[in-house]
Amino acid sequence: VIKTKCLECEGGISIPDDVVAGEIVTCPDCGQSFEVSETNSSGVALKTAENIGEDWGE
Amino acid sequence: LEKIGENRSAELGHIISLIYDRVRWEEKILLEELKARDIETKFIDAKLLILDHQQSAKGIRQDFGDAVLQRCISHFRGLHVAAFLEGKNLRVVNAYRTGENCGNKLLTTSLLIKAGVPTPRTKICFSQESALEAIEDLGYPVVLKPVVGSWGRLVIAIKNREMARSVIEMRGQMEGLLSQIYYLQEMVKRPPRDIRCIVAGDNVVTAVYRYAPPDDWRTNVAVGGKTGPCPITVELRENVLRAAEAVGGGVLGVDLMEGPEGLVVHEVNNTVEFRGATTASSTNIPKAIIDYVVDFAAK
Repeated sequence: VIKTKCLECEGGISIPDDVVAGEIVTCPDCGQSFEVSETNSSGVALKTAENIGEDWGE
Repeated sequence: LEKIGENRSAELGHIISLIYDRVRWEEKILLEELKARDIETKFIDAKLLILDHQQSAKGIRQDFGDAVLQRCISHFRGLHVAAFLEGKNLRVVNAYRTGENCGNKLLTTSLLIKAGVPTPRTKICFSQESALEAIEDLGYPVVLKPVVGSWGRLVIAIKNREMARSVIEMRGQMEGLLSQIYYLQEMVKRPPRDIRCIVAGDNVVTAVYRYAPPDDWRTNVAVGGKTGPCPITVELRENVLRAAEAVGGGVLGVDLMEGPEGLVVHEVNNTVEFRGATTASSTNIPKAIIDYVVDFAAK
């Protein structure tokens, strides 16, 4: 498990080891969603996830 | 562009790119399937793309490989990516035209009717006045859907004239380029379930029932619908393959209802989600999809 901090509230977020860039993680404390923008040996980088768009879905 | 897998597939020698804008469960499992086969895969975030019309077709091919699996969650983003890449002679699953045909319910319905695929009776209107008239003609209950939309959003069952007036008035107040297009459909007398069938080329991969949740009539997994196993009958297979062909083919989710006179196809989905189907089907869906993409790349 990779440990990182929420960009919003600095709460702890645990991310599975097999995470890939582009996946969405959610802070268990504040509920904010983030996109994993990068994975590397030192951990992961997060950025604010896009809001759901009107044209999203299958 | 992230490159995964150092070796070209010895068997195929093709490079495949998977283009995403959000990695859902489906994109991750498709990526795993590609990696497991040792196919060189480029995993490309559409949000970071800068597509340059000046770039040569050869340069585009170096960036994107021989075939592209387009899996954007944003319909219009995916559609435009497909259009650009096809314009550079790349082969995209699904093709731009298929995406366009599936993304707009008016186009889907027109093509299904033209191909002789049974589909619910549908009317299209462009004003509140004509929409109310069409609803009266179709009879209650009637279903109002956004002409472009998914996950069951804003799909409304209109049960009587009073409700029709309120709903159409509300739609009239909504912003959005397509809000004043009224796609109205008879409500098919069906059991509280529909059928989701996943097709890849001419392979009917699997079919599952989608049961509406207790507090909704819609069956979309996104609104809480639950899946269960569904046999692939001759009638189902025939309708699904004809519907898929009608919209241009590829990897598709064909939705059907069991009407009083047989199966009717009401929707064909371009970027099919299959997590729900996986829980009810023993078929290896990602394998079947990647089989199709690999064959497509080799053609």
